[in-house]
Amino acid sequence: MLPRFVAFASLGRKALPNQYDLFALALIFAGFIAISHISGGLTVPLEAPESTVTSLDVRNLPYYALRTTLRMFAAIGASLLFTFTYATLAAKSRRAEMILIPILDVLQSVPILGFLSFTVTFFLGLFPGSILGAECAAVFAIFTSQAWNMAFSFYQSLRTVPRDLNEVARGFQLSGWQKFWQLEAPFAMPGLIWNTMMSMSGGWFFVVASEAIAVGDTTVKLPGIGAYLALAIEQKSIGAVIAAILAMLVVIIAYDQLLFRPLVVFGSRFRVELTASQTKERSWVTQLFTRTQWVRALMRGPGLMFQNIALWRLELPGLRPRALEAAPRRNRVSWLIDALWLILVVLVTLWSAWLVVDYVRQTLSWGDLREAILLTLITMVRVVLLMALATLIWVPVGVWIGLRPALAEKIQPLAQFLAAFPANVIFPVAVVLIVRFALNPDIWLSFLIVFGTQWYILFNVIAGASAFPNDLKEAAANFHIHGWDWWKSVIIPGIFPYYVTGALTASGGSWNAAIVAEYVKWGDQTISAHGIGAYIAEATADGDFPKIVLGVAVMSIFVIMFNRLFWRPLFAMGERRLRID
Amino acid sequence: MLEVTARASTAAKKPLLQVRNVCQHYQTGSGEQGPAVLDKVSLTLNENEIVGLLGRSGCGKSSLLRIVSGLTKASDGEVDYLGRPVDGPVDGVAMVFQSFALFPWLSVLANVELGLRAKKIPAADARRRALKAIDLIGLDGFESAFPKELSGGMRQRVGFARALVVHPNILLMDEPFSALDVLTAETLRTDLLDLWVEGRMPIKAILMVTHNIEEAVLMCNRIIVLASNPGRVAAEIHVNLQHPRNRLDPEFRQLVDKIYALMTKRPEPVGPGRDGAFPGLGFAMALPQISTNTIAGMIEEIAAEPYSGRADLPALADSLQMEIDELFPVGETLQLLRFAEIEEGDIKLTPAGLRFADAEVDVRKKLFGDHLMAYVPLAARIKLVLDDRPTHTARSVRFLEELEDYMSDEYAERTLKSVVNWGRYGELFAYDETTETFSLENPQ
Ligand SMILES: Nc1ncnc2c1ncn2[C@@H]1O[C@H](COP(=O)(O)OP(=O)(O)O)[C@@H](O)[C@H]1O
Ligand SMILES: [Mg+2]
Repeated sequence: MLPRFVAFASLGRKALPNQYDLFALALIFAGFIAISHISGGLTVPLEAPESTVTSLDVRNLPYYALRTTLRMFAAIGASLLFTFTYATLAAKSRRAEMILIPILDVLQSVPILGFLSFTVTFFLGLFPGSILGAECAAVFAIFTSQAWNMAFSFYQSLRTVPRDLNEVARGFQLSGWQKFWQLEAPFAMPGLIWNTMMSMSGGWFFVVASEAIAVGDTTVKLPGIGAYLALAIEQKSIGAVIAAILAMLVVIIAYDQLLFRPLVVFGSRFRVELTASQTKERSWVTQLFTRTQWVRALMRGPGLMFQNIALWRLELPGLRPRALEAAPRRNRVSWLIDALWLILVVLVTLWSAWLVVDYVRQTLSWGDLREAILLTLITMVRVVLLMALATLIWVPVGVWIGLRPALAEKIQPLAQFLAAFPANVIFPVAVVLIVRFALNPDIWLSFLIVFGTQWYILFNVIAGASAFPNDLKEAAANFHIHGWDWWKSVIIPGIFPYYVTGALTASGGSWNAAIVAEYVKWGDQTISAHGIGAYIAEATADGDFPKIVLGVAVMSIFVIMFNRLFWRPLFAMGERRLRID
Repeated sequence: MLEVTARASTAAKKPLLQVRNVCQHYQTGSGEQGPAVLDKVSLTLNENEIVGLLGRSGCGKSSLLRIVSGLTKASDGEVDYLGRPVDGPVDGVAMVFQSFALFPWLSVLANVELGLRAKKIPAADARRRALKAIDLIGLDGFESAFPKELSGGMRQRVGFARALVVHPNILLMDEPFSALDVLTAETLRTDLLDLWVEGRMPIKAILMVTHNIEEAVLMCNRIIVLASNPGRVAAEIHVNLQHPRNRLDPEFRQLVDKIYALMTKRPEPVGPGRDGAFPGLGFAMALPQISTNTIAGMIEEIAAEPYSGRADLPALADSLQMEIDELFPVGETLQLLRFAEIEEGDIKLTPAGLRFADAEVDVRKKLFGDHLMAYVPLAARIKLVLDDRPTHTARSVRFLEELEDYMSDEYAERTLKSVVNWGRYGELFAYDETTETFSLENPQ
């Protein structure tokens, strides 16, 4: 796979954090508070019997699995819609770009799981008493885990459409709509598909987490594998837990084979490359499809319809794109509008920040802030240590596998599959072990944080090692470079950009996982470790909204700093100096 | 075969296209108005003629073509197509790109059809016309292939078919053959000329950009030579040879030599401190990226037999297998460093250049460093800053930002890169890629 689709706003020297990040942060949190305010009084408990999971009968599992999958697809649909609109707007309008991109950048770093309680109360309030509210909340939670990097990738693609192709489109006077479907969307397709895959992989984790949630005294259990699992935990049924794990396995294998392999094959068509690539993506589903008569005939209608829609001109009289691209020259009016725009942005930022502080201040003191920071530091130590541990283990393993093409071809899909497998399904097993052997949760729960995310490191390192040029390998052997020297000067620089890509994804996922992993239950037993994840989870269980806001805000700021000051420079360095091609 | 001049004389003398006093500026890296790229360029394009725009890389040929096609707007001046001002892409003008610019996700047929379908021409009509264009340009059988399955020559044929299918009056071509290997380019040129001479293409005139003198003489009725910095019309040459033209024809050779001489004529000094070929003054001179190996190689070649210090540029281009586009910047760099002089299509080594050719590596480096200090103000400036500072180090961003006040980001980066490489060779300073800093010490 190509790990070159990492979503960073920009890596140039002009990409340092700026006031817009502050703006985005303030606005997002103020938004959440506003939402919980609006919906706070409206919530009522859900009581319809068919809207929840009441029995651990294994025969219900296929149905639950289906519901879970449907939720996943609803979310991916919403994410695509969001991507096509939000990213397009950001790419096309300079002023919109100024605020939309920082917002996206921050949203990417916010641990979404912490906000589950807010969104649940909001959607329950929107559809009082109906299961629809809970469904929406779950779908929204998954959506928030998927949309950002998809939108980012799409935005970046739109900004890097090759200039000559753009000129062809303009020369033929394609309308904005035509250009979007003929040029921009196809060009963005490989990156978008790759990011959609990553998003879907991450999404299973959130499906499981969002199907069963208790906020204060509102308890929601949507029919699905996640809720089934939650019930299994409540009733301490280890058999049911295993059944849920198996169901999940089947679902993910099916989605990988039936949906993603074909999608990747489809996406490879859109790659802008000069020669037909050596490695051909394959999918038995695609092959089957191209061989069938019927299904293809059936698809021809919709295909043609789409082609025709893509050729609509759809020109709105006011919105005609400027025919000429003048050498950009800013005049005074434009400067004035920019200035007004900036002032507006600053005002909104200040107001939002004040809203957040005011809300949190009502019930919390400086002591709470100190506590939150301390706990975040603990969690950070945990994340860093475990990432280091995962690196020490998986980099050598990944290199070993990656340098053996035949083996890599078999292991690579497995590693990707493991990355998609929602680790929280396994958590109960870990809890049982911890309880059984009376282990220290502060240490042993930590492992759950990287349990699901370490695979990103593994499969990216494998990809890097497989892509390592053969002549460099041979040169190293020829000059008798062995042992530590070989690691230091040959392979580590070679896989570095890939490793950073994987580690970056893993690190982001780990922070999110902390919210679930530091606070776990088995029946009526609760085991928790010290950390901001447990703090947020506990506050959620108590329905203590100010504490949730505080916890998530502190955590978000840490994650953002971590990304900006650590990962981004590393990534930029990898891109600049160590890229082999 | 028809005689081209005859065709031209029977046609009505109404210009298809008129370009008057076109000027163009781009923004520099720091957002201000940059130096002029085009300065008061005027030209006309009549029916039944192929006009060539000839000039070196960076002289603004592509910019001019894009202004003519309505893709960009000139800072000043007018472009009239059939008597009406061009203020956006016009229907009767189609373009062929150096990079082919095919949509990789569309088949050959779909690529060719796209321009028609976008205009809402009925699908059946579009299909018929596309197939005809594909047939005409010799792509039969490749309709359902994807661009990445085709060779370069075939891809450019798709580029031509796509442009011809909309039945433009004017075909614009931006170095259409320069991404192809020599043989493929020749075949495609011949095929295109045959179609043109036989009048089988649905077009009235061709305006083509090239930096290849022979190509221009081979194809064009008229050649407009552009001078660089800023781009302006230096000469207009009529070519009255009959098609098919023979490269070995003495008349042909004479024309080629004449154009070489024209293009290497020393520009009259435009102002004080102006240093020959490169845009910008003194410190802010935009430099080409030429490796020191190429510089040394060229000096050696000129010093050796059969040139013995003085070479005819067309012959030198031939023996070094370089196109003028590659050859000129190297020659001009030699001129800037006072290792050689260029005049009237010849390049002659200076005494310093001859000394360089004879010297050992260390002496060469010393000589090169000295000339760099003396004649490349940016190098001297960097050295000065390093000498001045107690730490003897300086971040490269500092110079980059200064350069960006005068030129585009891209040029600023290229210029600095050149100076880094030259300075390293001349051992003026060291440069650390990781920290992006200049220093005086050699790296350990
Ligand atoms: N879009 C642009 N923005 C800034 N500078 C440009 C742009 N396009 C061209 N230039 C500059 O204009 C000059 C002429 O470029 P171009 O027209 O491509 O020359 P040519 O085609 O003759 O090689 C170059 O210095 C180039 O860097
Ligand atoms: Mg050009």
